[in-house]
Amino acid sequence: MATKKIKNRLAKDKAMLWAVCLFSALTAVPLFAILGEVLLRGYDQLSWSFFTEPTPTAYKAMKAIEAGEPIPGGIANGIIGTMIMLGMATIVAVPTGILCGAFLAENPKKRFAQIVSYLTDLLQGTPSVIIGIVTYIWVVVPMKGYSAIAGSVALFVMMLPLIIRSTEETLKILPQSLKEAGLALGGNRARVMMKVQLPAAFGGIFTGVLLAISRVIGETAPLMFTALGCSFIRFAIDKPISAVPLLIWEFFNDPNLQELIWGASLFLLLFVLTLNLIAKYLAKKWNQ
Amino acid sequence: MNDKLYKVLLFVTALLMPLVCGGIVYALVTDAYEAFEHFGFFHFITSQEWSYTDGNEQYGALPFITGTLMTTLLAFIFCIPFSLPVALFVGEYFKGTKVAAVLSTVTDLLAGIPSIIYGLWGFYTLRPLIMALNISTQGSGILTASLVLAIMIVPYAASLSAEFIKMVPNDLKEGAYSLGATRSEVIRKIVFPVAGSGIFSSYILAIGRALGETMTVTMLIGNTNNIPDSITSTGNSMASIIANQFGEASDLRFSSLIAIGLVLFLITAIINMIGKMMIKRARIS
Amino acid sequence: MESITPILEFNKTCVSYTKQTMAVKYISATIDRNTITAIMGPSGCGKSTLLRAVNLMHNLYPNIRVDGEILLNGENILSMEPIEVRRRVGMVFQRPAPFPTMSIYDNVLSGYALNGIRLSKNEKDETVEHSLRSVALWNEVKDVLNKKGTFLSGGQQQRLCIARALAMKPDVLLMDEPTSALDPIATTHIEELMQELQKEVTILIVTHNMGQAMRISSKSMFMYLGELVEYGDTATMFSNPSDERTKAYLTGKMG
Repeated sequence: MATKKIKNRLAKDKAMLWAVCLFSALTAVPLFAILGEVLLRGYDQLSWSFFTEPTPTAYKAMKAIEAGEPIPGGIANGIIGTMIMLGMATIVAVPTGILCGAFLAENPKKRFAQIVSYLTDLLQGTPSVIIGIVTYIWVVVPMKGYSAIAGSVALFVMMLPLIIRSTEETLKILPQSLKEAGLALGGNRARVMMKVQLPAAFGGIFTGVLLAISRVIGETAPLMFTALGCSFIRFAIDKPISAVPLLIWEFFNDPNLQELIWGASLFLLLFVLTLNLIAKYLAKKWNQ
Repeated sequence: MNDKLYKVLLFVTALLMPLVCGGIVYALVTDAYEAFEHFGFFHFITSQEWSYTDGNEQYGALPFITGTLMTTLLAFIFCIPFSLPVALFVGEYFKGTKVAAVLSTVTDLLAGIPSIIYGLWGFYTLRPLIMALNISTQGSGILTASLVLAIMIVPYAASLSAEFIKMVPNDLKEGAYSLGATRSEVIRKIVFPVAGSGIFSSYILAIGRALGETMTVTMLIGNTNNIPDSITSTGNSMASIIANQFGEASDLRFSSLIAIGLVLFLITAIINMIGKMMIKRARIS
Repeated sequence: MESITPILEFNKTCVSYTKQTMAVKYISATIDRNTITAIMGPSGCGKSTLLRAVNLMHNLYPNIRVDGEILLNGENILSMEPIEVRRRVGMVFQRPAPFPTMSIYDNVLSGYALNGIRLSKNEKDETVEHSLRSVALWNEVKDVLNKKGTFLSGGQQQRLCIARALAMKPDVLLMDEPTSALDPIATTHIEELMQELQKEVTILIVTHNMGQAMRISSKSMFMYLGELVEYGDTATMFSNPSDERTKAYLTGKMG
């Protein structure tokens, strides 16, 4: 009787282990399913011209489909738009984010810092579509038009809390002795931060910036109401501009352009995943 | 740079956060005001009319609040049987091993996939599957959106829960083993109760993410402005109605969409605040 | 027959953490029923490792190998189910760790809950009272049984952990430096307790404290670098150690 009960319990124990392994393995399936689908359907669209030419008009695409030819053109307008907006957002977000993070790390007990810390969490949790409509109200309405500037403001607001958090956390785990040693050598707070603490925290902050970029580069909703999109290559920052995720959204909605979805998605997916892997690798390397 | 200037510089940059957050609230409130004034706040969030016939415009948020709550709740339910095993795999069974590192890289990458690509995958792979299985005729709907949403939040719930499962002291586990418990009994009767509040708060934060997810839901929910009457019917969430109609909206409809945005902002803010507070408390104990 | 079979017997027991290094080397010894046996030795000598082997704690860590035999009532536990062995061999750890999510009452019964054994309300009450009485904790906690065990003092927590082990009515109780985290008064309490407990259960205790070994144990083992150097009557070992290393340790020249 007793042994039967023990056998029963051991069987349950084993069943649980197998269930955990099975369901964990199942969780990995979507990643490979998505990667596989995007790869299989998108790889033959990737060519030199895909990266150098702007998107075709629906009419051109229709003609090409009728003639049984591949759709001409590419996503160059999106890539350039993404680079411009992401570049502007990053240039502003990195220094402000680092200074903000330094403020939080330097004054952990201050009431104001606690409020800022709480607001950082709040901003980080705010849905991106809301950042989109708010930026519309902030920038698009007063400027009387969609623009690359508006798009980069939206991306900036999304990146800011990510950079603040990674800076703060990296600075906080630096040994206290580092700061003390710097101060003991007669450096003032600013110089110790610039010359000792921030360089020591470089790895963590850099990884944080990479992750922030990879997080916002695929954002679509905040750009729909700010950058809007544009079918040709453009460098002006006060006019509507395209972005890779915006193009995917356009292709998804335009039956004539659907073939282009997969090439654009493959490019975006590979870019984001590579950035993630690099960040993870660097984080591990710098942590040792 | 002297200390005083440095302090002032840090303080001024830090002022940016209240400015940005205040700006968000201010923008949402001022532009939502018209809708709330016209319909009344309570009526706005309980009315299910959404019609933009000239002269008789009626806007109510109830269908979209319902849509958001339904997709989020379903996504939460679907995500548990996957995120909990992953958390146990990484945080207990294979803690610190190579396989665990591989699995957490996989979930990290899942978290990195842009939502528009999840939407595409749901549309071109999952939706036909749902139709083939005769679950619903049009394929799109609450269920389809929730399934993909679930996959999207698994990484968040799993990695945070794993952190708390890892923190359960070895003393307690060995104590339980020494009394003759099997591993599954130790997990159910010691690990879960001890890590419980941390695991719970991980799920709250995962829910916070699901609430505001936009593109995936917009591409899969079917975009109809009714209160969904079953999990297979179509609908719209708060985020998806904004994504769908914001570009073409003006005046009262614009204000109503902003009002929906404000409601969504408040709900996610509250959920996230609760989650973060619980996480902090769980970390301290 | 029953009386002839020793309760616990080590037969060339070895424990290794890696292939090259053996933490416990070919230990052979017979433990007498209803006695207290102390295991002493300098840090890292393998005394805790040996003790944990009796409860098959090493099975939790896949890298650790246990060889030889450990006989419990004549049966080799190394070929038995760990969960069965652990129910018959209780263990008390260095640091008291009552389950923080359970009340005092539930902590005492945690062995039953963990093993999925259902008890009637009467059986539960009896077990709790009896176990807490045998660790002399009953009078102190009988009014707060539903409070969490983590509010107790360190000594009380450790007695609760002993009660938790005793509730399962084990044949052998292993104690791994049970008083090293406690103050002297609490230590005295637990030592007195052990003297009482040996009527019911055979105790094997690892201790750093020579005075403690002398006060409570009838037999002592001295281990050094994984080997059992000397095993015999405590009084004899302390007054007249037969090995130089034991002598060096007991006179404070080592350890």
